[in-house]
Amino acid sequence: MCTMIVQKVSVDGFGKGANGWFDMNQANVSWDHPFHAPEEHALNIDFVNESYGPGARVAVELSVEGARQLVETIQSVLGEAENRGLVGEEGPG
Amino acid sequence: MYTTDQYEGMLAETVAIRGGDGGRVLAYCARPLGSGPFPGVVLIHHMPGWDEWYREATRRFAHHGYVAISPNLYERFGHGSPEDVAAAVRADGGVPDDQAVADLEVSMQYLRALPYVNGKIGAFGTCSGGRYAVLVASRVNGFDAVVDCWGGGVVMPDDQLTPQRPVAPIDYTADLDCPVLGLFGTEDHSPTTADVAVHEEALKKHGKEFEFHMYEGAGHGFFYYHRPSYRQAQAVDGWDKIWAFLGQKLSS
Repeated sequence: MCTMIVQKVSVDGFGKGANGWFDMNQANVSWDHPFHAPEEHALNIDFVNESYGPGARVAVELSVEGARQLVETIQSVLGEAENRGLVGEEGPG
Repeated sequence: MYTTDQYEGMLAETVAIRGGDGGRVLAYCARPLGSGPFPGVVLIHHMPGWDEWYREATRRFAHHGYVAISPNLYERFGHGSPEDVAAAVRADGGVPDDQAVADLEVSMQYLRALPYVNGKIGAFGTCSGGRYAVLVASRVNGFDAVVDCWGGGVVMPDDQLTPQRPVAPIDYTADLDCPVLGLFGTEDHSPTTADVAVHEEALKKHGKEFEFHMYEGAGHGFFYYHRPSYRQAQAVDGWDKIWAFLGQKLSS
C-alpha cells in the first residue's frame, strides 16, 4: 500500500495455509513492502479466499529475478504438458 | 532524566474506541502510572500493520512520559495475524484516507478526554503512518506536534491519486497548524530525497515550523531493529531528536 502497485486476479485452486488446505479463488500480486524478505520491496503474491477471512492466505515474497523465472517456468511446464496432450477439459486425473 | 532511585510504573492494555464511522476500533494504550498530567501521542502504525513493533513503540512512549494510543487502522479488514490483515489491506491499496483521518481524530479526542493528559497531543507515524501523521494534523485541529518518519506518499503525482487517496497530503500544507519533525534516509525510495525536498519547500512557502533530518546511509525503516534496514547510529540519533522535539512542543 506504500507503492500502490497491486493487482488482483481470479485463480481457482487450493492452497495450504496456516490452518491447512483451503479452496482459494484469488491471487493478489503486488510490488510493495514484504513482511519477511530482507528487501525494501518485493514481488508479493498472496493466494487467498477473502470469504474465509485474512488468515486464508498462502504468501510468497519473491525477488525480481525469482518472479520472472517463475513466470517463465510456469509457462514452460504448461507448454510441455499441453504438447503431450495432458492438459484437457477434464482436469487432473 | 531517569535516575535509579526513581519509581517507575506503566499500564498498557488494549482498549476499544468508536471509530470515525461509529464502529468499534481496537487500540493499544500505554501510560505512565501517576496522575500526570502527561502529554499524549497518537501512534500511527505502518503498512506492515498493527504489529508487535507498534506495541513496543507505544510502551516506549509511555516509558518516556507520554500517554500513548495506537489505533488499529485496519480494523475493518477483520482480525488475524497482523501480517495476514495487512496483506489484505495491501491488496486493496490501503485504507481510505478519510477513514484513517477520522479514526485518528477520534484517537486524539480520546486522549484529550483523559484526566491525566495535559491537553497537548502529538502524532507519530512511520512509513504510511508518517504520511497519515502529516495528513491528519493538516486536516484536523487539535494536534500540537507531528513526527513524520519516512512517510512515503506525502508528495504524490496526479497519476498516483486513487479513490482511497484522492488528495496528496502536501496539498493540505496551508492548513497545517503545528510543528513537524521529519526523519528520512538518503537511500529511501519512498520518500526519495527529491520528495522530501518538495515537502520542505511547501512548508517553507507556507511559513510552517518544521525541522527535517536526512540521514546518510539509511533507507526506509531505519528504526526497525528486526529488519536489515535497521541503522543503529541513525536510529539512536533519530529517537533522541524525537524526545527533544516532543519534550519541547508538548510540555505543559
